[in-house]
This record gives sequence, structure tokens and C-alpha cells, in this order.
Amino acid sequence: MLPLLAGLSVLQMVSGSVLEAFEETLLAYPSLLILVPVQIGTAGNLASIMCARLSTQLHLGTFELDPSNPDVRANTLAILGLAATVFLAVGVAAWAIGQVLGGSLSLLEVFTISMVSGMALAVLVVVLSVLSVWGSFRLGYDPDDTTIPIVTNVCDITGVLILFAVASVVI
Amino acid sequence: MVHDSALDVYRSALPVILVSLVAGLFAGTILGSETMRAGIESVPGLLLLLPAFLATRGGVYGSLGARLSSGLHQGVIEPRFERDERLTNAVVASFVNGMAVSVFIAVVAYLVLLVSGGEGSLLQLVGVMVIAGFLSALLMLSVLVAVVFVGYRRGYDPDNIVGPLVTTLGDVFGVFFLLVGVVLVGWVL
Repeated sequence: MLPLLAGLSVLQMVSGSVLEAFEETLLAYPSLLILVPVQIGTAGNLASIMCARLSTQLHLGTFELDPSNPDVRANTLAILGLAATVFLAVGVAAWAIGQVLGGSLSLLEVFTISMVSGMALAVLVVVLSVLSVWGSFRLGYDPDDTTIPIVTNVCDITGVLILFAVASVVI
Repeated sequence: MVHDSALDVYRSALPVILVSLVAGLFAGTILGSETMRAGIESVPGLLLLLPAFLATRGGVYGSLGARLSSGLHQGVIEPRFERDERLTNAVVASFVNGMAVSVFIAVVAYLVLLVSGGEGSLLQLVGVMVIAGFLSALLMLSVLVAVVFVGYRRGYDPDNIVGPLVTTLGDVFGVFFLLVGVVLVGWVL
């Protein structure tokens, strides 16, 4: 347990370095600091839903790595729908709270950052979940044990990268 | 029903996602607060260790939750608040893991700062992480055991409670205790 946690902590330093590199921007725009835990947390939640559902289907024998599979399609659509709902709310909320905390970003800026980075992250969640469920099945591991930690950790790191890539374009 | 429908998945997942969204916004608000921003400025390396610190909450306490619920399902742990070897072992192991990882993160963050040519104080980082790690251990262990036991006795499957509980509490209180750590270490050092 401990070596795994230690290894993951070292990996997480990648997202930490990105945050550290953007320290001045983050301190100047509190709305961005609000987005950090929300984006990472939501991506993790979406990933665990998608992975858990796909692994169940794998156990039931209805999973297939094929875009025309009705279950993969329904879950993809649901995840993208959930992401659109949540990141819309997040954009408005992060802007409003940011205003109170003394931020100067416009509603349009915060909203664009939240929606664009959120939807990009959601697409990544879908692709990673499908691939990791399929991959862990092929390698002989139970996807119930392996996929959620893998996908949530990758999303933690890429979430911060995507957020700041989008933020640096918008601001 | 043979196949999932997108709308059904959406409807059943939305409440949980929204609850954790509110928790995430709380965490974000603490992070964006003026006190925390001042802390970020005064403790070099704080942003560097933030993602690792938040991520390990899930690893340490999520696995405790999973162990507790398996124990309850198998009947080797009784849902009662009394001295029990298995329960004590599981709780102590998570506590030790939680503290060890917190200190480890502080040391790694300090090394990254050194290598990247930044300035940082090892004592300051370790201090913040020991305080934040200890407070979150106390809170997560007591709430997790209490909620899982009470939920189990009322007929809820702990497997369904643990995940959302750990994510929600871990996010909000992880950031909050980090702030407490920064303030306390600021007084001492």
C-alpha cells in the first residue's frame, strides 16, 4: 500500500509543478483556484462512474470495444451530458465566488475556461475508461480493481494540465 | 433491462455528482480565500504538494472504507464501537499510512523545489503536512467508521457510501486542514 501511495504522490508532483508555475496567475485570479479542486474532483467522479459501469458490463458479457456498442454509446452520452451540466454550473459558480474573493475575470472568461477544459477532460475520461477496462481485461486483471485508480490519477494530472492550457489561451 | 439508456445513467448519477460539486466548490473557495492565498505566497512549495496531498486522501481512506465494508459483509467486523482487533488494526494502519505519506510528500516537494532552483524550507513543509495529515486522519477515521457502521446497521451497503463520502470529505477538509497547518506553522516558525 505505502509504496503505491508514495509512487502516486511523486506522479502527482507533475500537476503540482504546473500549479507552482502558474502561481502568480492563480493568486491574481481566485476563480482559477476555485476551479482546481472542482475540475479534478468531477473528472474523478465521472471516471469512476464510467469505469464501474463498463466493468459491470464486462462481467455481464455485454462489453465490447466497439463504438457501435449500445452500452458504450449510452454511457459515453451520459458522461458527456453530466459533464456539460456540471461544468456549466461550475463556470457560473466559480465566477460568482471569484467576484466575492476579489477576482477580475469576466463571466465569459471563467465560463469558457470551465466548459472547454471540462469537456476536453470528459472526452479524455471516456477514452481512458474504455481503454483501461478493455486493457485490464486483456491483461487478465479484474477491471473493478484496476481501472478507477488508474483513470482518476491520470485525470488528476491531465486535469490540471488541460485547465492551465485553456486558461493561458483565454486570459 | 439489457442495455443502459443514456438518460437513465444521467439521472441516477446526477445527484451524487452535484453533491460532490458543492463540496468541490467549498474546497475551491477555501483555496481561493485571501488567507489561503497569503499562505500560498508565504510557504513556497504549497501548490506543489497540493494535488499529491488531496489524491492520497482517497488512497488511504478509500482503502480503509473498502476494508471496513468487506469486513462487515464477511461478518468478521461487527458494526459496534468497541475494542476489536481487526477494526483497530485497520484504523491504525490507515493512520500510519496517512502520516507517512504526508511526510513523504513534504520531503519530495522540498526536493523538487531544490532541483528546480526554488527556495523552500523543509521544516515548514513537513510541519504543514504533519498538521494537515494528522487532523485529516482524525476526522476521516472517526467519520468514516461512524458513518459506515451506522449506515450498515440501517441497511445501507457500505460499498455505496464509502466512495462519495471519502471524496467529499477529503476534498473539503483536506484543503481546510492545509490552511490550518499553514496558519499554525506560521505562528511557530
